[in-house]
Formats: sequence, structure tokens, C-alpha cells
Amino acid sequence: MAAGNFEKYKSDGSIAGNALEWLDARFPATSMWKGHLSEYYAPKNFNFWYFFGSLAILVLVIQIVTGIFLTMHYKPDAALNAAGVPIAFASVEYIMRDVSGGWLIRYMHSTGASAFFIVVYLHMFRGLIYGSYRKPRELTWLFGVGIFLVLMGEAFFGYLLPWGQMSYWGAQVIVNLFSAIPIIGDDLSLIIRGDFVVGDATLNRFFSFHVIAFPLVLIGLVAAHVLALHETGSNNPDGIEIKENKDENGIPRDGIPFHPYYTVKDIVGVVVFLMVFSAVLFFAPEGGGYFLETPNFYPADPLKTPPHIAPVWYFTPYYSILRAMVWNFFGLDAKFWGVVAMGASVVIFAALPWLDRSPVKSIRYRGPITKAMITIFVICFFILGYLGTLSPSPTGEIISQICTAFYFGFFLGMPWWSRMDKFKPVPERVTK
Amino acid sequence: MKKFLIALLFTPLLALASGAAVHLDKWPGSIGDKPALQNGAKLFVNYCLNCHGASYLRYKNLLDLGLTEQQVKENLMFTSDKIGELMRVAAPHEEQKQWFGATPPDLTIIARARGELGNAGAGADWLYTYLRSFYRDENRPTGWNNVIFENVGMPHVLFGLQGQQVMNHETHKLEMAVPGQMAPAEFDKSVSDLVGFMVWMGEPQQEFRQKLGFFVLAFLALLFVVAYALKKEYWKDIH
Repeated sequence: MAAGNFEKYKSDGSIAGNALEWLDARFPATSMWKGHLSEYYAPKNFNFWYFFGSLAILVLVIQIVTGIFLTMHYKPDAALNAAGVPIAFASVEYIMRDVSGGWLIRYMHSTGASAFFIVVYLHMFRGLIYGSYRKPRELTWLFGVGIFLVLMGEAFFGYLLPWGQMSYWGAQVIVNLFSAIPIIGDDLSLIIRGDFVVGDATLNRFFSFHVIAFPLVLIGLVAAHVLALHETGSNNPDGIEIKENKDENGIPRDGIPFHPYYTVKDIVGVVVFLMVFSAVLFFAPEGGGYFLETPNFYPADPLKTPPHIAPVWYFTPYYSILRAMVWNFFGLDAKFWGVVAMGASVVIFAALPWLDRSPVKSIRYRGPITKAMITIFVICFFILGYLGTLSPSPTGEIISQICTAFYFGFFLGMPWWSRMDKFKPVPERVTK
Repeated sequence: MKKFLIALLFTPLLALASGAAVHLDKWPGSIGDKPALQNGAKLFVNYCLNCHGASYLRYKNLLDLGLTEQQVKENLMFTSDKIGELMRVAAPHEEQKQWFGATPPDLTIIARARGELGNAGAGADWLYTYLRSFYRDENRPTGWNNVIFENVGMPHVLFGLQGQQVMNHETHKLEMAVPGQMAPAEFDKSVSDLVGFMVWMGEPQQEFRQKLGFFVLAFLALLFVVAYALKKEYWKDIH
């Protein structure tokens, strides 16, 4: 039900009632409240996988609020201080030690970055298994892919800011990738860096991108994602359109108002999430060296290349795909094809609504082929992710090439394998 | 069958993961041991701070080790008289670079930097092993080499305490050639204290962080009960 179709609030004569009537005559308060919350009907059979959308919003809020406070004390400056340490690096330690509660805010932000990707990956996996990207929710999915891309940029820019060894060399490696693009590559990477090497100019522009440009786009996309979702209504684990079965009042028989039912349910999810989040934050803030990489406790040194440069865990699957490409096709360097494959591995998610030709949406009514394909895809994703944390090796290269082939095979073969499967009849009404 | 296939899939990964790693001795200390940390602070200020800075730490942070301002000022502050000052080195960086070939790194967060992927706490083990693994090597300009940090630029500053070890090139083991002021066990304890101090200064609030963590988790556990009951109450007429 779109916002705007609701009657304006009529005052009961009380002061609060008059105020609301005044407001409602000038602002769609009642219609937004009803349209998106109290009379937005969501399927009643959401399961575990449906917590991660609201959790992603929670993490976004955590990142924005902690980010605001970090920005008050962080200094994007690559110059060295009196002790010979880059000011940016020293300002992070200053936050950790001398700013009241600074360590808590910084750990919330660093843990939040990894939590964001965990939550978003699980949210995407939900879409994958229940066919949430299928008609009529293609646009919701596309906005989601946009969010994912912007989030990756946001994380990449943010990772440079502590100005540690891995920040510096990671940025160096990734920006250099753009120079693999024929003709424009070198100029493009120069424009991104703002200098011939990663330096103060790079740090300052990445800071600007990280604290304003990308968050702004991110929030806009999140709003579009939610608006598009509320226009079509949510999918559910059965992949049934609840709007096709309405009662005499026009309310879906399998729908329940988002508020209060899903607001109170999501609070439970939020609390459980915060417990896991806090367990990491307070007892293992480095996340075993995966959330805060240990080489990043050395300040950036442009003269000392670390023996092994690896991106943070959430980028490692794509990094493996990049490294898996070792062939010079069509006279173009393998590095270029690596960049193409890496880019394609992320962007290809956008094509899902049109690649999936299965007659049913949900994995519940799809057969062994779908289940096997999704399982292999997830295993490959994990293996690629793991290999991306390691130094290159001949064995690792072959395994990552096999997994890369499966990764793309999953998507590119989907128009065929998604049709070949055995399907079960989809019930009329949602099941428990 | 499924399990077997998954196992098969991951076997080559395990082979990849088990690279030739240097054996590290486990650091035996803990940062809860205040007297050990105080001893470590003393060793650090006397032996390390001449060349290495601890430039993110302030002298007043040492009060958290159970020391009084008087004690810190009299025993641990040689280069400064302001308790709020950062623990920086007096020697200029350019000169240090000339002396050693490289500027000695700042040590405030070295214990964290030396951690490993999958084992962020390995930094303490590395430091504990490193500081006990120096041996005489006449081929080096300083006259010292180190088993786990080959051709290190740093001389063995603790040799007066430990004595002088030499490498037996047949057994590839270190042997004590000239004993120092301390017996081996006594020296190990001192190094352990020093490493403890370095782990502590890497994140001085880490004990408080964990303590706070328990309260936060306890609060969230309580909140979970309430939130779950609320959800149950609202949802009892659905389904």
C-alpha cells in the first residue's frame, strides 16, 4: 500500500491532537507512519534470515554515529609528527588512549565495518535462496547491489585512514589496478591518487569520500531500497505473493502489520546481534587479526613494502578472483583481465533477476540442482575468501581458478540449470 | 559422503596454511600481574626507551600500574619532568638512522603489530622469543645477530643481564658462552615482565575493556529476556 492513500488525522480536541492535525495537514506524518509501519503488511512467516535487513540499518547507524565522533579527533595528515610518526596514525592512537571513551568508539567503528559485511552477505544470501530478487522486486535488488558497491567503496576508503602499513599498501595495490585498464589506466589511477604515489593528497580525498560523499549516496540508496520494497511488499520464505490473497478489507490474509509485530521481533534480533557484536568488541577487537589486521599497527612506510599484502577479509573472495586470472588474452595483460573478472564478480549480482528462469522463487520448492548449485557457490565463495588472505602459491592459484570458474558458472549457467530442476507445487498460502 | 567431499575440498587448503613458521616460545606472563608490569616498566625505561620511543603513551599512564606520581617521577622519568608528557626518545631520528642504519621503531603497539592472522596475541610470544634469542656474530656491525630476526640492526641491549650466547652451527642451538648477571630462569622472568609491560602499553585499557564487556553482555542478556517476552506476548495470536 503506497503512502498517501491514508486519511488525514482529525483532532479529538486535545492539545496533542490539534498539534498532530496541524502537522498532518502540512506533512505526510500519518500516511508515512501507516504506509511504512503500522499498516505496511509483511508476510507473517519471516524466519531467521529476515533479521539481517533491519540489522544492516542498525549497523549503518552505528557507523554513522561513531564516525561522527571519530571525525572530531582524527586528523587526515600524512606528515610526520615530532616523534617521527605520521599524524594520521598517531591521531588514531590518540583516540584509543587520550580521548574519553575513544577506544570504545573506534572499536565500534572497526568492528562495525566487518559486521556490516557479515550482515549484508547474510542479507544477500537470503535474497538468493528465497528468490527475493525476482519479479516484481528487481529494482529493490538493483538498489541493493548499488548499496553493496558503495559499501565496498566506503570500506576501501575508510581502510586507508588509519594510515598503517596495510592501509597504505592495500590502497597502493588497489589503485594501481586501475592502471591496468588500456589507454586511460595510468591517468585514471593518477586522478584517483592525486599524486604519483599514495600520499597526503590521497589520504585527504579518501577521507572526504569516506565521511561525506559515499555515506550520502549510501543513505540515498538505502532509502530507495526500502521505498521500492514497500511498494511491492516483502517476499517470504515460501516465495508466495501475499497480495494475491486479500481479505474483504483489502488486507493480505497472510500479512501482519510491520509495526508492532516485526518491530518487536526485530528488537530480539537487535539484542542478539549486539551480544555477538559486543563479544567481539570487548573480548577480541582485532577479530583474530581479521577485523584489525596486525600489520596495520605499523605506521605507513612508503619505503618498506610488507612481504604479504592482503585486503581485509570481506574483499578477499574478489581478490582471489583477481589473482586467479593469469592469462594474457587478446594481447592484453593478465592484470587487466584480473580487474575485469574482479569487477564482474561483484556486478554480476545485478543480473540475477534476469538469469534465474526457475518457475518458483523459493528454494523450498526447488529441487536438488538448485540446492547443490547454491551450496557449491557458497563453498567456493568461502574458499576464495580464505585463499585471498594467504600469500600466492601454485596450489592456491589452481584452487582459486577452479573456484572462480564455479563462481561464474553459477551465474552464467543459471538460465539453464535454474529451469532443469525438479519443482514442488507452491502452496496457495504461506506455511509456518 | 557429503562430509568426505567437503573434507577433500579443504585438504589442500590445510596444506597451504601450514607454512614453515618459526617456533616461538609461549610468553608465560599475564597483564593482570601488577608487580611484573612495574618491573617491566623499569626494564623498558632503562633499556629500551633510550632508542625506541613509546610515543603514544604518557608517563601518567604508568600510574595505572599501581605506582604513585612520586615513584614514576623519581624512577621512570629521565627525559621529561612533566607527568603528562608522551614517552618519546631524546635522540633525534636522523642521528639514530646514522647509528643503526634504520630508525628504531616506536614500541608502543609493537606487541599488537607482531600478532598473526588468526592469532592476534602471538605478538607477545614473538617478543618473548626475540629478546632471548640474541647471539654473538662477528660478521654483524653490532656484533649481534638474532635467531628469529636474522641480521637485525639492534644490538643485544640486555646482554649484561643474560650473558652472551653463541650459535652452535652443528646443533643449530644457542649456547651460553659468557654468563650474565642473571641466571637463565631469572632472565626469562625479567623478559617476561618486560613483554608484559609491552603488551599492556599496546592497549592500556584492555583489562577495563574486558571488565566492561561482562557488564554489557550481562545487560544485553537481561534485555534479551525482556525483548523475547515482549515478542512472545505480541505474537501469541499470530499463526
